[in-house]
Amino acid sequence: MKAIHLASVAAGALIIAATGAQARDQVQIAGSSTVLPYAKIVAENFGETFPDFPTPVVESGGSSAGLKEFCKGVGENTIDIANASRRIKPSEVEACKANGVSEIEEIRIGYDGIVFASDINGPDFALEPVDLYKALAAKVVVDGKLVDNPYKTWNEVNPDFPKWNIAAYIPGEKHGTREVFEEKVLEAGCEAAGDLEARIKSGMDKKAAGKDCMAVRKDGAAVDIDGDYTETLARIDANKQGVGVFGLSFYENNADKLKVATMSGVTPSVETIAAGEYPVSRPLQFYVKKAHLGVIPGLKEYVEFFVSDQMIGPDSPLANYGLVPAPDAERDAVRKAFESGKTL
Amino acid sequence: MTDMTVSGSAPEASQMPEKRVWRDIGIKRRYAAERRFKTYGLVAVLIGLACLAMLLFSVVSKGYTAFQQTSIRLDITFDKKIIDPQGQATSNNRVLLMANYPLLATRALAKTLGVDESDRKVRRELSGMISNGVRTQLRDMVLNDVAIIGKTRTIWVLAAADVDSAYKGQIDLSVDQSRRKVNDQQVEWMNKLAGEGILTGRFNTGIFLNGASSRPETAGMGVAMIGSMYMMAIVLVLALPIGVAASIYLEEFAPKNRWTDLIEVNINNLAAVPSIVFGLLGLAVFINFAGLPRSASLVGGLVLSLMTLPTIIIATRAALKAVPPSIRAAALGIGASKMQMVFHHVLPLAAPGILTGTIIGLAQALGETAPLLLIGMVAFVADFPATPMDPATALPVQIYMWANEAERAFVERTSGAIIILLMFLAAMNITAIILRRRFERRW
Repeated sequence: MKAIHLASVAAGALIIAATGAQARDQVQIAGSSTVLPYAKIVAENFGETFPDFPTPVVESGGSSAGLKEFCKGVGENTIDIANASRRIKPSEVEACKANGVSEIEEIRIGYDGIVFASDINGPDFALEPVDLYKALAAKVVVDGKLVDNPYKTWNEVNPDFPKWNIAAYIPGEKHGTREVFEEKVLEAGCEAAGDLEARIKSGMDKKAAGKDCMAVRKDGAAVDIDGDYTETLARIDANKQGVGVFGLSFYENNADKLKVATMSGVTPSVETIAAGEYPVSRPLQFYVKKAHLGVIPGLKEYVEFFVSDQMIGPDSPLANYGLVPAPDAERDAVRKAFESGKTL
Repeated sequence: MTDMTVSGSAPEASQMPEKRVWRDIGIKRRYAAERRFKTYGLVAVLIGLACLAMLLFSVVSKGYTAFQQTSIRLDITFDKKIIDPQGQATSNNRVLLMANYPLLATRALAKTLGVDESDRKVRRELSGMISNGVRTQLRDMVLNDVAIIGKTRTIWVLAAADVDSAYKGQIDLSVDQSRRKVNDQQVEWMNKLAGEGILTGRFNTGIFLNGASSRPETAGMGVAMIGSMYMMAIVLVLALPIGVAASIYLEEFAPKNRWTDLIEVNINNLAAVPSIVFGLLGLAVFINFAGLPRSASLVGGLVLSLMTLPTIIIATRAALKAVPPSIRAAALGIGASKMQMVFHHVLPLAAPGILTGTIIGLAQALGETAPLLLIGMVAFVADFPATPMDPATALPVQIYMWANEAERAFVERTSGAIIILLMFLAAMNITAIILRRRFERRW
């Protein structure tokens, strides 16, 4: 009896304590799982360098989920920063505005390469976007006619390739990586193959043709991976004839298990991506709520610390992990833009 | 029984009573059926056990190395020239904070190996052997005791994660050095140090004490354990009294009518609701409406309480139902009030069942990740939470986060974390068994 009294009093006290909202003193971040490892390194170093501020909390969950959370509104119970492996969409900016998040600052942190890799004991792949388009698109043009993708093995696509069944593990639709893959590989390959033109000639308008080019086959040859790159790696471990899509940094950490394919004759590396030779790369960025700067302790310092050369410059911890640093002028421009408070 | 010849011979049997006639009642067939069924049962149990054994074997064989951490014993000289070259430590407190501590460790390692560290390439390779966590380790030593500057101390520092993985044989050293994170020179040094006993595996206390980290060698489950404990405490404090009170009312006091039937159906349905739905509810009610902080274990505890409540109510009602009505009748018969009857007689007898149900509910809540995703607890949290209002993670969340990491050293840590979670679950279940044994009463 007494114990129950005690417990109910404790429960009541807890609920009362809970209703008084509390000031938040740590930076709250959410978003892309590609940016997550970089954000973690910066957050950890930030906590170690500035003992006055608590270490920021970094949630993962994907670019779209992060931006959705970001656009929920302004205030202490909303996040301060959304990490994104793609640019914010106009529709998302609108959604933000509707909820009162009108001033958003975009901070570019560098670039990330998207690589194609297969099991280390397999043959070399010298890929072109055309090959991947032919292997993975839902519909391709054969003998002047648009048909469902008929290719079953890689050597049907390109005689230089091994006679492997086509099995590609590509990022699922919730990943920002998927969009880059569709745009830079499938659409580019479609154009190079002349299929885009063929589609337009057959009566599609340009937008619909472009969209049709990026549709991925759904007969099991291309497998959407909704998890992270570790899942893709596990799939390739299980199917030694599979080809997977990875981030450059993930590949570099697992180069003893994976063989990377060249794209248009260029081997992906920090150098080739920085020089713009390797075609499949994308900018990484995060978005900051201007209204939170100066309100949430440490937010301004965190952003300044993130864009400093000791974090994202060449030979910095992020570059060592696999981030492709932006050129000097671009990094300077990012710092200047943040200083002047430039918003989208 | 339907055998024609048997039924045909029945009249003869009555004429000769001393001769027994066997009716075929299918005894062989029935025994065979029983044997078959027993075999099926045994096979089912064996398959279950084999799966469990496989799971445990894969987790333990991958994870046991996580409890060993490769460390290097170094004589570190706290050189004033490196820590505080201008002698400003007393006037500027950032000097001691920002000093180049990793260089001290790199120098000590170079001295131990007898190589020249002035070459930039060699220095890079040397610093690649030592964990970056050495910066905070040495800094904390200096900040605790400034007098240490200028002295030499022998301490254990953590080896870098890639050296750790290589030492444990988790990196394939037969491939070309450009394809792996440790190069041949570093492997040579590693083997030399290991031969001298300077580099060796030590028990990994960090995995229990540290918070999350981007460096595998300093990453630990400390924050996740504290977060899980806060949440379990909140679930216990909230869900147990509410659940028990609700069941007592429904079972002992409430009239049996259409409304209570409806409530009962709803509670049973609530127990089957996917847990992610509770996460959505928590986000909408506790964070967006009540304004509670994101990522806080308080919100996680509240969400998990909601999730556990139906389990506890169902278990408690079953336990109350199992108390024989004669106990109630006897208590009422000697003049006890209904409330006295419940609290003096029925509840103590139902307690073991209630406890078991509660602990099973708690164990279920302990392993839950999905509802925590939406309230921001699937996150990188490095600082220890002082109160349940501070950001924290949970044990299964930490497993999930580590499983997605690129570094090889996180593979063993993921399995190590699973072992820790399984031990927590086993401890809870053992508690349930002990409590049940202790309080069980027979009538």
